[in-house]
Amino acid sequence: MSEARQWDGLNLEADVLVIGGGPAGAWAAITAAQNGSSVVLVDKGYCGSSGATAPSGTGVWYVQPDPEKRKAAKESRYTMGGHLAENRWMDRVLDRTYEIMNRLEEYGYPFPLDGNGVAYKRGLQGPEYMKLMRKLVLKAGVKILDHSPALELLADEHGVGGARGVRTQRGDSWTVRAGAVVIATGGCAFLSKALGCNVLTGDGYLLAAEAGASMSGMEFSNAYAISPIFSSVTKTAYYRYATFYYEDGTIVEGAGSTRGRSVIARNLLQGRQVYARLDQAPEDLQPLLRIGQTNFFLPFDRAGINPFTDLFPVTLRLEGTVRGTGGIQIIDDTCATEVPGLYAAGDAATRELICGGFTGGGSHNAAWAMSSGSFAGEGASNYARKLGPKAAARRLKGLSSSPLTSAPAGRPERTAEHIRAVQDEVMPYDRNLFRTEKVLAESLGRLDSLWEELRQTPVERSAAGVKGREAAAMTATARWMYRSALARTETRGMHKRADYPQLDPNQRYRLIAEGLDEITVSRQQVEEEALVH
Amino acid sequence: MIEIISEKKCIGCNQCVSVCPTNVFDRVEDGIPKIARQSDCQTCFMCELYCPVDALYVAPEAETAVFPAEEQLESRGLLGGYREKVGWGPGRQPVSRHEGMYQLALKTGL
Repeated sequence: MSEARQWDGLNLEADVLVIGGGPAGAWAAITAAQNGSSVVLVDKGYCGSSGATAPSGTGVWYVQPDPEKRKAAKESRYTMGGHLAENRWMDRVLDRTYEIMNRLEEYGYPFPLDGNGVAYKRGLQGPEYMKLMRKLVLKAGVKILDHSPALELLADEHGVGGARGVRTQRGDSWTVRAGAVVIATGGCAFLSKALGCNVLTGDGYLLAAEAGASMSGMEFSNAYAISPIFSSVTKTAYYRYATFYYEDGTIVEGAGSTRGRSVIARNLLQGRQVYARLDQAPEDLQPLLRIGQTNFFLPFDRAGINPFTDLFPVTLRLEGTVRGTGGIQIIDDTCATEVPGLYAAGDAATRELICGGFTGGGSHNAAWAMSSGSFAGEGASNYARKLGPKAAARRLKGLSSSPLTSAPAGRPERTAEHIRAVQDEVMPYDRNLFRTEKVLAESLGRLDSLWEELRQTPVERSAAGVKGREAAAMTATARWMYRSALARTETRGMHKRADYPQLDPNQRYRLIAEGLDEITVSRQQVEEEALVH
Repeated sequence: MIEIISEKKCIGCNQCVSVCPTNVFDRVEDGIPKIARQSDCQTCFMCELYCPVDALYVAPEAETAVFPAEEQLESRGLLGGYREKVGWGPGRQPVSRHEGMYQLALKTGL
């Protein structure tokens, strides 16, 4: 640990610091600012283009406040999620999402109009949405630091009081002292090049855990998306119109985009390439599909492939906890973590509260990002207000588990090796998708050694050092994932144990993983409340 | 991955340097930006979308460099093709507003 004041560069004070500028971070920042707090938002890339939402289009869990419609919405994925969602949380996220989507219309988001000229608000186009969010964040008076990844949180014995990191395009450091911090850094997709996901390396999980926070549901971390083999575009909704084929043109029986992804994975594991063709899409629908997701067709058009008539090879790209539901444990309605002054939102926070152990499409994820972001922004703002002027006088220390140095440290090629080593444990389908005790334990042995090494590897306060911290965050994430996956000796939600292929009704609880060097996994009961009153 | 910054078209506004989430570009004093870390590109197409003069081209290949020729891309209408489809730029309507979005939802629930 080192004294906070040692770093040169930009020094700022704020009531609330938000780390991450995707939808959750943007809503957290706006809500805190509208609640009267001074707010700084830092993003490792650029608030407006960073993260999984900006380059995509997404459905939104926008449901009219009609009891029947809400009931159906809550029931739709409850069983798929393994009965781990909570009614009360689904209600409050549905309420908040409804409110926010209506506000987005007022703020000028260009929704399509239905036949009666009324805005249709069940979806958002990422580029448009996040361009608007940046504008709204700035308009709310928030100071944005782009290209400013956080390297560590700052804290004293009373809790978290800021963070510091580097400005990669300026080559200097930043320090923000704040009454409260919101972690909205997204999930972890392990640099798999899933669309927009290479900034999502579990950084916030590591920051939070270094401050003493726990993870929840990290076994629900093995989402894989279908994509053309050459491409980063991991939008899977349209594969409902796909038929899957072998090279010789015969059909891959049982393969599909929703329940048949395992069949694709098993074939790929055996070295049999699988091809797709969207030949189930009726001809009159095809032009509408092109409008619905422009980015889906972009790689095909550029590669000269007509996906409705041509076969193209597919792969499954790891989306980890971006589409998976695990994340930082939150302990109350304000999205507070166990650590005073620290809040979590969006994919960085566990999404089990509304999804349980499974997420299909993005609509719940988008709803969670905006709702939990606004809950956390409000909570952090109120917390900072209570601290009052005392906040500025705190003696804060950095919490990084690896030593941070100003001297050039390590060799970049070693970092690349570390990243490859983590990927080798989490990407293979026969490790992460189809899990067994034996394989999980083997992986954990190697991941634990890697963690020990990384913990002692100095991290330079520079762009190269950021990659070193990413490697550490991914390693820590993989260890929480597999420790939790070992503890859940059943198949539930997206967590598949090949050695325990059935759901065990006695394991209807959440798993909380805690610790960095030694990880312990404990059980937490799901709040019992009837799904519908 | 990002393949081309057209010297012919680029006006040196450095918008791509700012918006790239993975910091692939470097600013160049008195010049146009350069692709400094191509292998960090996550193929999200955001730089291309934000380029006001359609000077950038992101190839669909996410893992390998493919070295396309600018003239060919130009003749296929691919420079700026994504921005046009998203409906960004003067005189265009955002695709998010397109009535097809609602029709698609009506027909499919998507």
